[in-house]
Amino acid sequence: MNLSGLREQANNAWKAVNEPSRPQVLVGQATCGEASGAGEVNHSILETLKRLGIEADVHSVGCIGACYCEPLVDIVKPGAPRICYHSMTPALVSELLEDYLVKDNPRPDLALGVWGESRFGIPALFELPMFKPQMRIALRNAGVIDPENMMHYIARGGYTGLERALKMAPEAVIAEIEKSGLRGRGGAGFSTGLKWKLCRQAKGSPKYIICNADEGDPGAFMDRDLLESDPHAVLEGILTGAHAMGAAEGIIYIRAEYPLAIKRLVKAISQMRDIGLLGKNILGSGFDFDLRIVMGAGAFVCGEETAMMNSIMGRRGTPRPRPPFPAESGLWGKPTSINNVETWACVSAIMEKGADWFSSFGTEKSKGTKTFSLAGKINRTGLIEVPMGITLQEIIFGIGGGIPGGKSLKAVQTGGPSGGCIPASMLSLPVDYEALTKAGSYIGSGGMIVLDEDNCMVETARYFLSFTTSESCGKCVPCRLGTRQLLTILTDITQGKGKPQDIPAILGLGKSMRQGSLCGLGQGAPNPAMTTIAYFREEYDEHINSHVCRAGECRALISYTIIAERCKGCAICLRACPSAAITGEKGKPHVIDISKCSQCGNCLDVCPKKFNAVVKVPAAGPAAVPAAKG
Amino acid sequence: MQQISDILSFHRADRSDLIPILHEVQSRLGYIPPEAMQAAADHVGMSASEVYGVATFYSAFKFKPVGRHCVKACRGTACHVKGSEKILAEIEKALGIKDGDTSADGEYSLETVACLGSCALAPVLVVDERVYGRVTPARVKSILRGER
Ligand SMILES: Cc1cc2nc3c(=O)[nH]c(=O)nc-3n(C[C@H](O)[C@H](O)[C@H](O)COP(=O)(O)O)c2cc1C
Ligand code: FES
Repeated sequence: MNLSGLREQANNAWKAVNEPSRPQVLVGQATCGEASGAGEVNHSILETLKRLGIEADVHSVGCIGACYCEPLVDIVKPGAPRICYHSMTPALVSELLEDYLVKDNPRPDLALGVWGESRFGIPALFELPMFKPQMRIALRNAGVIDPENMMHYIARGGYTGLERALKMAPEAVIAEIEKSGLRGRGGAGFSTGLKWKLCRQAKGSPKYIICNADEGDPGAFMDRDLLESDPHAVLEGILTGAHAMGAAEGIIYIRAEYPLAIKRLVKAISQMRDIGLLGKNILGSGFDFDLRIVMGAGAFVCGEETAMMNSIMGRRGTPRPRPPFPAESGLWGKPTSINNVETWACVSAIMEKGADWFSSFGTEKSKGTKTFSLAGKINRTGLIEVPMGITLQEIIFGIGGGIPGGKSLKAVQTGGPSGGCIPASMLSLPVDYEALTKAGSYIGSGGMIVLDEDNCMVETARYFLSFTTSESCGKCVPCRLGTRQLLTILTDITQGKGKPQDIPAILGLGKSMRQGSLCGLGQGAPNPAMTTIAYFREEYDEHINSHVCRAGECRALISYTIIAERCKGCAICLRACPSAAITGEKGKPHVIDISKCSQCGNCLDVCPKKFNAVVKVPAAGPAAVPAAKG
Repeated sequence: MQQISDILSFHRADRSDLIPILHEVQSRLGYIPPEAMQAAADHVGMSASEVYGVATFYSAFKFKPVGRHCVKACRGTACHVKGSEKILAEIEKALGIKDGDTSADGEYSLETVACLGSCALAPVLVVDERVYGRVTPARVKSILRGER
C-alpha cells in the first residue's frame, strides 16, 4: 500500500466537507465540548434535520480551543463558507438549523466567526482577538477535522512529512530536527534533535521510543486536547522518530483519566495498521515498527522519564538517578528516547514544512510555537498556541480577554507544581524558556492559571505543596520530608500561626531540596513557595505579623458578619449554614455566631444580591481563635 | 475467579503486563481483591507482596468494593482557584460520605482526583463517565440526582 493512492480519496472526502453538495454540520466533541453539552446538541441536530427533512452530513470534530464558549457547531452550506457558532444548546441549534438551512438566515447573532473572510456581517474567525495572535502548528488540525477520520488528516497534508523522512537517511532526519531548533515541550526544553542523536548513536538493540502523554500537571490539558483532536499528528511524529532513531517499538504512556483520548488513539492506531503504516516494511521502506498504548494509574511522578520507564516495566513508578540517561539505558536496559505529545506533533509538522519554516517562528533560543492552556480567572479559558516570545500581556489580555468580574490580575502561575507565580507587574515578560526560568518560574508543559485579587498567594503555595506532598514517591529524603515540612509551615501561615522565622526556614529548606532531590518533582516543589515569597513577600508578612489575608481566602483569618440594616430576615443564609451558626426570626435581622462559624462562605454566596447583607471581614486574628495547643 | 482467569488468559506471563492486568481487574470488578493480586502474581511470576507493593503505589487502584456510581471531584489547580473546595464540601454533605468512602447503601463512592483535563470549565465533577463543568454548590444536588 502506498499513500499516494489514498490521497485522491482523502482530497475528495475533505472537499465534500468544505465545498459540499449538501449541508455539513460539524460539532466540537472533545471532552470540554462534551462537558458543556455537545452530546445533547448533537442529538438535537440529528432530530432537527430529520424533522425538517434535510439531507445533511454531521461530523464530530475536535477542539479549536475556545472552551469558554462551547459547545461549538460549524455549518457549511453549499456555496457558503464554514461558519462557527458558539454556546449552542439543543434548542438554539434547532432554531439555527431551521433559520439557516431552510430560511437562509445565517443568524449572525449566534455566530463566533467565519472560516476565511468575513461574511454576512459575521467577523472572520481567525481575525478575532482570541485567534489573531495565535500560530497553530501542533494544533494545526484541532477543531478543523474529524479526528477519527484519517482521510481528513491525510487531505490536510498528513503523512507527507513521513514520506519525505522515509526517503532520507536517518541521520539527515535528525539533522533536520536539530536545525529546526525544536526543544522538548514536556517541560525541560531539551533539544529534540540532540536527544535523538544520542539515542541513534547508542549501542544496543532493540531501541524503544516513548510518547509521554501522562500530562500530570493539574490545570493543564494541552496534550489531552491534541490527542482528542488530531491523534495522527502525534502518531506521524512518533513514526518519524522511530525511523530516525532506529527504534523497533514505541509506547504511548497515557493517563487513565483521559478515556476519550485513549479511544481516539486506539482507533487511529488501527487505521494506521490497516494501511500498512505500522508493522513490517512500512510503506515499502524496509523499516519495521510497532506501537502500543500503556495506561498510567494516577501517579504524577510517572510523568518523569525514569519513573515512567519503571512503570512501563511493571514496577513502582519511582525515578532513578541519571546518568545513565535513557538514551543509553532505558526500558529493559536498552536505548530509549522519550518525548512529549506536543513535541511529536511538532516533528510531523517540521518534516512536512521544513526546519527553516519552523524556526522562522519564535525567539533566538526558543523556536517555533507553544501551546498553553488558559484556566482560572480569565475570560476566555481554553487552549491556545502562540509563537514563542509573545508577552504574557498579549496572552492574558489579548487572547484571553482579561479578568472576569472587573477584578484585577494578581499573578500567572506557569509550570504547574514545579513552576512559579509571575506577578502582574511582569506581564511584559516574553514567553520563552530562558525568560520564564530567569523569572523563577518555568514554561513547563504549558499550564497557565490566572489568579486574581481574590486569590491568596500563601494559600496558592500551600495548595501546590499539598499536591507535591501527596505525590512525592517517597524514595529520596529531601523530597519526602522537605515537601511535608514546607506544607506544615505554609499551612501554619495560612492559619495565622506563622512565625517570622518561617520565611528563612522555607528559603533554606527550598534550596536544599533543589540541590538534593532525586528528580524534578522534589527539585521543583519549593518553587511555588519561593517565587511567591520573592514577589509577594508582603502577603506573607501580613499573614504572619498581622494575621490578615488580604485576599480573604484563608479561612482562619476571616470572618463573616451580617449588616443588620441591610438584612431583611429572609432566612436563606440561615438554611444554607452547615454549622447552624446563624440565628434570627423571620423578617428580623439575623446574626452569625462567630464561635460556631466555620467560615465556609455559604451565607455570602446565597445572600440575594439586592440585599448584599453578608460581608467578609478580617478576623480579629488568632487572638480570637483559641491558640493551638503545644 | 472465573473473570480473573479470563483476564489473565489475555496477558503474557510478563511483569510488564502487571499494571494492564490490574487495570482490567479493576474495570470489571470495580476494585482489586486480594485473590486477584495473588492470581496476577502467580501469572507474571512475582510474589504477592511485590504485586501489592506495585498496586498500592498507584492511586488509581482501589482495594475495597466501590459504589454503583463513582463521583470524582477535581482538586486540580484550576478547579482549586475556582472554589472546588466548596464543591467537595457540598458533595460530602449531600452524600453523607467523605473523600475515599462509599455510602452505606452502596450507591455512591466519592474520590478526589488531581485533574480531569477540563480545566477550562473548572470546577469540574465527573459522575461515572459524565463530565460536568462550571459546577456550583447549588448545582451539586441536581447533578447527583440526575444520575440516580
Ligand atoms: C515530576 C515530573 C513530572 C513530569 N511530567 C511530565 C508530563 O506529564 N508530561 C511530559 O511530557 N513530561 C513530563 N515530565 C518531563 C519528562 O521527564 C521528560 O523530560 C519529557 O517527557 C521529555 O520529553 P520532551 O523532551 O519532548 O519534553 C515530568 C518531569 C517530572 C520531573
Ligand atoms: S484542574 Fe480540575 S479539571 Fe483540571
